[in-house]
Amino acid sequence: MALRFEPRKGTSRAMLIATPLLAVLLTLVAGVILFLSLNIEAGAALYHFFIEPLESLSSIGEVLIKAAPLIMIAVGLAVGFRANVWNIGAEGQLTLGAIASGGVALAFWHSEGAYILPLMMLAGILGGMAWAAIPAFLRARFQVNEILSSLMLSYVAGLLLSTLVYGPWKDPEGMNFPQSRMFNDSETIAPLIEGTRIHIGVAIALLVVLVAAVLIERTLVGFEIKVAGLAPAAARLAGFRQNRLTWLSFLLSGGLAGLAGMLEVAGPIGQLVPVITPGYGFTAIIVAFLGRLNPIGILFAGLLMALSYVGGENAQIAVGLPRAATGVFQGLLLFFLLATDFLVRYRVRWIHRGRQEVRS
Amino acid sequence: MRVGSDAPSPVVQSGSAPLLETRGVVRRFGDLVANDRVDLAVRPGEVHALLGENGAGKSTLVKMLYGLLQPDEGAILWQGRPVEIPEPRAARRLGIGMVFQHFSLFEAMTVAENIALGLDDAPRDVRRLVPRIRAVSAEYGLALDPERHVRDLSVGERQRIEIVRCLLQSPQLLIMDEPTSVLTPQEIERLFATLRQLAANGCAILYISHKLEEIRALCDRATILRAGKVVAACDPRQETARGLANMMVGSEFRTAGRRAQARLDGRVKLSVEALSLPADEAHGIALSGISFTVAEGEILGIAGVAGNGQGELLAALSGERLAPQSEQIRIGGAPAGHLGPTERRALGLGVVPEERNGHSAVGELSLTENVFLTGRARLPLLDFGFLKPKAARAFAERVVAAFDVRCPDAEAPAGSLSGGNLQKFVVGREILQQPGVLVVAQPTWGIDAAAVATVQQALLDLAQSGCAVLVISQDLDELLALSDRIAVIHAGRLTAPRPVAALSVEDIGMMMGGIARPSSAAPAAGEA
Amino acid sequence: MSLDILVPMTLTVIGAATPLLFAALGELVVERSGVLNLGVEGMMLAGAVVGFIAVAGTGSHAFGLLAAALAGAGMALLFGFLTLTLRANQVATGLALTIFGIGLSALIGVKHVGIPIPALPKLDIPGLSDLPVIGPLLFGHDILVYLSLALTIGIAWFLARTRQGLILRACGEADLSAHSIGYHVIRVRYCAVLFGGAMSGLGGAYLSMAATPMWIENMVAGRGWIALALVAFGSWRPWRVLFGAYLFGGVTILQLYLQGSGILSIPSQVMSMLPYLATIILLTVIASGSWRGRLDAPACLGKTFSPPS
Repeated sequence: MALRFEPRKGTSRAMLIATPLLAVLLTLVAGVILFLSLNIEAGAALYHFFIEPLESLSSIGEVLIKAAPLIMIAVGLAVGFRANVWNIGAEGQLTLGAIASGGVALAFWHSEGAYILPLMMLAGILGGMAWAAIPAFLRARFQVNEILSSLMLSYVAGLLLSTLVYGPWKDPEGMNFPQSRMFNDSETIAPLIEGTRIHIGVAIALLVVLVAAVLIERTLVGFEIKVAGLAPAAARLAGFRQNRLTWLSFLLSGGLAGLAGMLEVAGPIGQLVPVITPGYGFTAIIVAFLGRLNPIGILFAGLLMALSYVGGENAQIAVGLPRAATGVFQGLLLFFLLATDFLVRYRVRWIHRGRQEVRS
Repeated sequence: MRVGSDAPSPVVQSGSAPLLETRGVVRRFGDLVANDRVDLAVRPGEVHALLGENGAGKSTLVKMLYGLLQPDEGAILWQGRPVEIPEPRAARRLGIGMVFQHFSLFEAMTVAENIALGLDDAPRDVRRLVPRIRAVSAEYGLALDPERHVRDLSVGERQRIEIVRCLLQSPQLLIMDEPTSVLTPQEIERLFATLRQLAANGCAILYISHKLEEIRALCDRATILRAGKVVAACDPRQETARGLANMMVGSEFRTAGRRAQARLDGRVKLSVEALSLPADEAHGIALSGISFTVAEGEILGIAGVAGNGQGELLAALSGERLAPQSEQIRIGGAPAGHLGPTERRALGLGVVPEERNGHSAVGELSLTENVFLTGRARLPLLDFGFLKPKAARAFAERVVAAFDVRCPDAEAPAGSLSGGNLQKFVVGREILQQPGVLVVAQPTWGIDAAAVATVQQALLDLAQSGCAVLVISQDLDELLALSDRIAVIHAGRLTAPRPVAALSVEDIGMMMGGIARPSSAAPAAGEA
Repeated sequence: MSLDILVPMTLTVIGAATPLLFAALGELVVERSGVLNLGVEGMMLAGAVVGFIAVAGTGSHAFGLLAAALAGAGMALLFGFLTLTLRANQVATGLALTIFGIGLSALIGVKHVGIPIPALPKLDIPGLSDLPVIGPLLFGHDILVYLSLALTIGIAWFLARTRQGLILRACGEADLSAHSIGYHVIRVRYCAVLFGGAMSGLGGAYLSMAATPMWIENMVAGRGWIALALVAFGSWRPWRVLFGAYLFGGVTILQLYLQGSGILSIPSQVMSMLPYLATIILLTVIASGSWRGRLDAPACLGKTFSPPS
């Protein structure tokens, strides 16, 4: 008897939904093993990780404001990944969005007015787009591998931000800490719901999901993206230009990452600091895959991933789980998802090998 | 007996014990039974044809003989003893060599490296293999330079590498999978001479083909497969081509009806003038000074050995690549050289490339979705950038009905259709848009006989209705059956189109090999 | 510039180049077999932290190196299982490996941050090492420096002159052809991937055991990605990768010296951008030179192999 893998004709829709759930389950099992090996009581750790964040309104709010940037960025990345455009540098684009909008905030720090926030938003989007335009241009013009170029630019963006907050943009009254002035009230976004930090970004993320879902499923552009990713030759025959899609993907994902960066600095943080996010730009890659590059799927994946951030912090405080455990969880989750993906594409069969009977 | 050894070789008579035998071999893929209790016997020194349509199970059977697949049931006997052939190495150890239809070669490597990879006893340093290669190529007249890179070689030379690779192992059985599908008529003659020499030396040859005349010219025995089963065994020299065809297809063999000769003085619908394009990738072919016209109601055939610029020409015509000057390509009289694929379609162009899954259609998408690929310019499928799936589905259903596409429904993924059905769909998708000009490459490559007849008839009917049709194909028989005029492409250059009646197969063959024939009156000069 | 500066500067270039060379040579072998493993950064981190802990625990550098190589190979095995056996997308899996490696190494190393260990000893050859200029330049390096150079020669020879090297290249050039004449493409690629992992592990170990003999979270700091770029820069040839690694080592050290010298009043962060910017510029240069680059990439690079049935 032997195992034989047979490719399915088309993909299995049931498996498409079942495998992310299976991956989450396997990650939990691996998590318990990990906790036990670290001498941490598994039940308590899981409680702090996955239940506690949902027990109060304020911590649900925390989950939502962490989910918002993840979802926004992941939706942008998913569009590119579908078209075989691998933007791995969303972290850098987010940072540039933060720098650009922070720059606007600092320039207007002594003025007030309702126009400043929209201006910061615009600056954030444009900042992210500008940073994304570099790998887009290099790929479209010179065929430079965008994975490496966008990633390298993330390191550069991080260094650029610290250049600014350690140098020219340092708060003159800030006791020499590497951070900018606090933004004034016109430059920060107020919470939407009393007692939480939920801000307008959550609504924007939801809107992004809906618009992207329509774009991907119902429009010609979405169809172009799908075809370019599945069969580049067919896309050329149909008159879809790869370079146009490269630009579109990068500007879209860069703009959304930049917007997410703006929302971070104008929202929970309220100033520029050397490190803005716990790696949202990279985590969003996992979110995009976990959501199967589908905006609705990404919505759920983003919430789950945000839960793991908040839960990770809780577990760190309550049972001393190292902060890095969150990253391990996220990596494991992606591994299990990629592994179970196999079931979507292949059917596993047991084959009974017939005996070789020689007739004579 | 071993080929290439110095010992004299007693040729074994047919009638002696089989060298290789299969008994009741079964192989399934999912629910499909690709081989159903197949019995086959090949004797030493005979050229044995394995005949069957595309999809009849020939390749599955030989893959089992070469250890690439394992049978689910039944036995393989070698010199009367049951054997297991778990991998190609084991097959080679027994004395079985195989030349693949799609060659198993490595483009970026040298001939010597390619041959070394196919030998189990190759020296560590490939350079020490060179004299052995030269010796075998001299013995069989298979000219080969061991130092050259495969990517620089013609298709015929590539096949020689595969053959020499087998001969170096001194095989007792040589399996040839559709070896002539990419060769010129002259190269085919040369191959046959080599195979006859091998058989005379006692090597058995299992020759897989669906080309009937070749089999009648070359083979001593034939086993005919249909839908995975052996349906007949015969001496092909005693049968007519039509008789073999009927056994192969299982019903009365239909060919597309030849229509009345087209007027060659119709209005020109497609014209290409002095079109040159540099190669766009590392090993592509540059097009050089291509000129031709296709008139309404005419079918122009473009013959040529694979890889001589057919793909590049198709890309230049479809708009995937743009011409240097706008007037170099005219569709319905309008300059189109600078237009993209969608604008050219709006002028009335339809295109069916060679590769069905991945170029003509996207396998992962449904038939309905595949309508959007090429239908946007001429069908009302869009509303301000939004897709109209219902309109696309209705059109897909029309194609399915009109061209007898066998599929569950229009939502089936294109990749789940058989080659013949997918080809009918993509050809039908273009034809039902009522193009003024249709460009189609390899319209019947690798599809079953019924689909061949449907597609060819559709092309003839389309021309009859006034469309200008350009058929790019490597299948000479097909071109001769369909075309009014034929031109030959070689190394990116195109000969002037000539009426079919004024051309012989030899003429076309010479041109395919790059030897220009100034007039059709010159007699064939034998070996080129 | 005087020899007093040039000699120590060259030594630091070697120190900066060696970890890149290990990781890039390993990835070169992986890519020549047709596999693109973007998880180099994660495998280097695994090697760095495991090698460090092994030395801290046992005091044996040899054991540390072995542990680092095994850690890298273990990570690579995970990658291989997903991409080769389960046929997952290589790009996505490589990214996952890096994310996982960053988290896992931080988790394992959390109790070891900042504790120094004895550096990997230099191989002092009495007499030779004491020679002026030549002594410190040619002799008196640690074993990994020599090993990296020997491996460059060894891999070049293996790929060009051995049968196994030929088969490995064949799998990268045309996996279907290699399969149809009977080579075990998946098995060959597993071997290449494991070797690549071990090499990345050693590259990481050089950082935590020789360059700065301590564990710092995320101490590889993008070198894994630079190593990936070097493979393309070297157009998949070991000698050019060696050249590229030393060129990059040079750029890194140059910016350190410029920062330290205070000649230019440029913030240190701006100088730190240099290696990353240099990578992008070099990638652009090789990509725009139409005479090579694309021509040399293994034809099957990054494509999933499913044996035909």
